[in-house]
Amino acid sequence: MELLTDEEIRELRCHARDIRTTIVEMLAEAKSGHTSGPLGMADIFAALYFRVLHHDPKNPDLPERDRLILSNGHIVPVRYAAMAHAGYFPVEECLTLRKFGSRLQGHPERDMLPGMETTSGPLGSGLSQSCGYAYAARMDGKTFRIFCAMSDGEQEEGNTWEAVMFAGKYRLNNLTAIMDRNNIQIDGNTEDIMPLEPIRDKYEAFNWHVIEVDGHNIPQFIAACDEAKAVREKPTLILAHTIPGKGIPTIENDYRWHGNPPGKGPVDKIPADKQKQVFLDEIKASQ
Amino acid sequence: MINPEAKLAGNIFDKPAMASTREGFGKGVVEAGQTDERVVVLTADLAESTQAHHFQKAFPERFIQCGVAEQNMATVAAGMALYGKIPFFTSYAAFSPGRNWEQIRTTIGINNVPAVVCGMHAGVSVGPDGATHQALEDIALMRSIPHFTVISACDSEEGRKATIAAAKLGSPVYLRWGRDKSPVMTTSDTPFEIGKANVVWQARQGEALPCVAIFATGHLLYQALVAARQLEGEGVAVTVTNVHTIKPLDKETILREARAAGAVVTVEEHQIAGGFGGAIAELLAQECPLPIEFIGVHDKFGQSGEPKELIEHYGMGASHIVAAVEKVAARKK
Repeated sequence: MELLTDEEIRELRCHARDIRTTIVEMLAEAKSGHTSGPLGMADIFAALYFRVLHHDPKNPDLPERDRLILSNGHIVPVRYAAMAHAGYFPVEECLTLRKFGSRLQGHPERDMLPGMETTSGPLGSGLSQSCGYAYAARMDGKTFRIFCAMSDGEQEEGNTWEAVMFAGKYRLNNLTAIMDRNNIQIDGNTEDIMPLEPIRDKYEAFNWHVIEVDGHNIPQFIAACDEAKAVREKPTLILAHTIPGKGIPTIENDYRWHGNPPGKGPVDKIPADKQKQVFLDEIKASQ
Repeated sequence: MINPEAKLAGNIFDKPAMASTREGFGKGVVEAGQTDERVVVLTADLAESTQAHHFQKAFPERFIQCGVAEQNMATVAAGMALYGKIPFFTSYAAFSPGRNWEQIRTTIGINNVPAVVCGMHAGVSVGPDGATHQALEDIALMRSIPHFTVISACDSEEGRKATIAAAKLGSPVYLRWGRDKSPVMTTSDTPFEIGKANVVWQARQGEALPCVAIFATGHLLYQALVAARQLEGEGVAVTVTNVHTIKPLDKETILREARAAGAVVTVEEHQIAGGFGGAIAELLAQECPLPIEFIGVHDKFGQSGEPKELIEHYGMGASHIVAAVEKVAARKK
């Protein structure tokens, strides 16, 4: 395991802040989309695109690249922002999110944007696609890894558990799943809507290796990815505890921001432009 | 008379060889696996009744048992296709594409990857299992998804060819299969090309032009041929076209036969709503509106029984086709 230098950690945090800034700008421009989830996953996506993944923004089809499957497609603004800052496409293109003719669809489409790996949005099927990918890659002796980013809410889908069973049976050790455990979903807190705990025990019972991390502690997350690589006998779940809306204290942990963009908040009716500026100031101050 | 160019078996009205269409899948997928190492087969606890066990025996390392989990099977297949494999995934049509339709739509259809959905036990001719297992809606489900090719083979030999062709297509395919043994009409010499319908019965040379064009898909093609032969004996000339590819339709052949006859009967073992007949009607309504009669299941579920009695009960036998021909001929202006 390579230890990160303080300078490297600082750089990754800067990337995370840039990603958050872009998320707010693109959602404000789109006037629709999800705010909480993308902000909560900004640190993890910064770590993935700027440290963990083997990839090449100038060659998105690099055969030996690590594959990142995004299962909960509604948080795709964090992926678009991370990809743009990593050099896949100009950051300005992020402002086309959800607009007619844009490559940046409201939920991601594989055919639209190089590097997108798959289409997602309907919940619960990303993990099983990752399983198929991992199984096929192992058949051919490929050494790249398959990462699946998924939400906690989609643990309510039966399809997710079919995949958990499959990965456990076939000991897919080239698969690392990352669960955004932010405890919220559209209609409320997960434990009110449909309790998920004890989620760690459930995965372990299905023959997974589970590592719990603070999803905003970048070195801890990177260390977990390294540990997953070293686990030879089973797939790994990184159970990442995150704060939805992270970086904007006034909306953190409030499920009512799950599906709303700036300007369409649950209580105060502030114009999108004004709220965007407030959010950007908060992100700046929170670093 | 049988169109000689169709190169059908010589004995189809006497003692035809009998085999289920799914047996053609079992053979075809092994052949596809022999010529292309990318071919893999998945099943959801139904290896034998889907005939996937032949592939399992030939290529155990390329066979993936998914357990009773059709949503996972479809999406695992999607992941494998994204990687670069050519997965055929097998279950009963009532469950796949019945239960996992959204997964198929999103992860195979929108992704536009070459996964092959193999829906077995389609139609009431499943027999004793009853309505829950008799898929009558799968054509409607699958032909409405963009990027998908939809094929319903008329017999096991055509099914074998369709499977081999599906492996080479490079885009999403739905293959529909029946459980019960049915006459093997085609031979290895019978032409088969995805998207190309075959005229298998034509008017005798020198006789009057055909008065009705029959379009059939799946094993009921045989019932259409039996009906055509009876009608010929009664001096009524018809054509019978085997439309194995329901999507994309062979517009040229279908429009040519329909225009020549001036009236149409469609034959399928499926709900009338949204099915093969509907696809023909959509085409004709745009290009040359004509009277049509639909042979199929009219907004009912199946039930337990023997395949033959169920086909008769739901009005899909040769006698029903004869009646439909007479009815639609009378509607011609």
